[in-house]
Amino acid sequence: MRRLKRVPKMRHFYIYSVLFLLFLPIFILIFFSFNESKLNAVFTSFTFDWYVKLFENSDLLDAFKNTILIAVLSTSISVVIGTLSAVGLKKFTFKGKSLIDKLIYIPIVLPEIVLGISLLSVFALTNLELGFGTVLLAHISFSVPFVITSVRATLFALPQNVESAAVDLGASRWQVFWHVTLPLIRPGIISGALLAFALSMDDVVISYFAAGPGTNTLPLYVYSNIKTGISPDVNALTTLMLIFTIIFLALSAHFQSKARAEREL
Amino acid sequence: MNQSPAPNYPQGRKFDVFKILFTAPVVIYATALIALPLLYIFFLSFLKSDNYGGYIFEFNLENYGAFFDSTYLGIFGKSVLIALIATAICLLISYPFAIFLRDLPERRRNFIMKLVMVPFLTNSLIRTYGLITLLRKHGLVNSALLALGVISDPLNLMYNNLGVLIGMVYTLLPFMLLPVCTAVGKVDQNLLDAASDLGANKFQRFLKIYLPLTRQGAFNGALMVFTPAIGYFFIADILGGGKAMIIGNLIKNQFLTARNWPLGAALSIIIIIFTFLLVRLYRKIGGNLDELGGS
Repeated sequence: MRRLKRVPKMRHFYIYSVLFLLFLPIFILIFFSFNESKLNAVFTSFTFDWYVKLFENSDLLDAFKNTILIAVLSTSISVVIGTLSAVGLKKFTFKGKSLIDKLIYIPIVLPEIVLGISLLSVFALTNLELGFGTVLLAHISFSVPFVITSVRATLFALPQNVESAAVDLGASRWQVFWHVTLPLIRPGIISGALLAFALSMDDVVISYFAAGPGTNTLPLYVYSNIKTGISPDVNALTTLMLIFTIIFLALSAHFQSKARAEREL
Repeated sequence: MNQSPAPNYPQGRKFDVFKILFTAPVVIYATALIALPLLYIFFLSFLKSDNYGGYIFEFNLENYGAFFDSTYLGIFGKSVLIALIATAICLLISYPFAIFLRDLPERRRNFIMKLVMVPFLTNSLIRTYGLITLLRKHGLVNSALLALGVISDPLNLMYNNLGVLIGMVYTLLPFMLLPVCTAVGKVDQNLLDAASDLGANKFQRFLKIYLPLTRQGAFNGALMVFTPAIGYFFIADILGGGKAMIIGNLIKNQFLTARNWPLGAALSIIIIIFTFLLVRLYRKIGGNLDELGGS
């Protein structure tokens, strides 16, 4: 009997150890955001100074603003393109469809660096000036496939007869899409959007190639400062962002489960 | 999942606004932002560099020949090796995690899976920067090991290949955890119970039941760990300290410092071929492309 009780404890221990290790670098970043010393090495004394200084560092704030703006814009555009595409690829046949169907998986499986340099080459070829616009285009190019696959998953799980029933009852194609298909695939759209947003916030490699010397995003700011040492205001900003995302995730989970509970009533 | 049922919107007139709205975006997107860039670097890979960032229009295979130069081949081999070891370590961590997670109550399980996603929301470069504090000579890991008396001299955990490997595992582990946990979660409990009743021990259950039934999930994760790992130049830069170059650094240098785009393009084409072979293998074992990348 004793052994039976001990095994699950070992299992818990393993799971929480992996999680702890996964979070350790983030915990350390948070810890040193309260450190008075500019070096992320020895904890000298507790301070909130970096949270104040953060708002005086215009370069960092600018990078933060660009990062958020690009993430929001690229997510919104990718969600529209991705949703239309997923529905279009399922409902219509057209010339070259089987090729398009293969092409959309390329950004998912290809190392980001290859996509990054290909886009950079085309931007150079077409004389597009590197900057905010090219980073946005690049983020759209790697986000759309994730929205398509996510929407597609819910689309294929839809009961076929719901749409046919709407058609039988006299709904036009627009009405079927707007009032039947769209509400039903909403979970896929939302998870696709979350994925696109997270990917955009996390991206380093593609932004690195698509951004010109003038555009500053958070990862590029960190990358260019890492050799000389990064001041703890970056830690403070990371901490604040983490708090906001956790609150956002908790709220969305809360509302989702509430909506589910209401539907089931 | 891949074969679509017959399209159930009527195929309308020749000029069908509805159809155009749903098909034009994906055609434009896939052509302009995927096909065109890849075709263009394929074309570039056969040109000659003028060493000033431009090219001479002279068809040649020299760039591909340069790949077989011992320096490049060495870096290529080392990157593949680091990526393979990182993939193997991620697999070794993920399987016990997924199997133990199966037995937890559903709510706890969902909560833990959400926690696994959270590091994604902090930029991977910033997380890598956080690792420096852990791994450097007088960092947390060495201090802890010294204090415990496990080691008498600090270990060199970064500015070498080991540092790059640790960085890859850290950054890419969630990409393995998610598909493996999903696949292991779907294994039928009855099969496991039947195996135990017939006298299979834990190890046999893993080999004969979990492994065959979850190999698609595992390969999905492996693809998602392996392919970024050969390109993440920033991890090699930060934790390898310039001494540990991987293919990603090599390509980056051709495009941004050496200004030899045709060579960089040829190296990228080799990676593309390599990746496509892996994807074919994934399809061959029955993997679904729609499940790649965590959807």
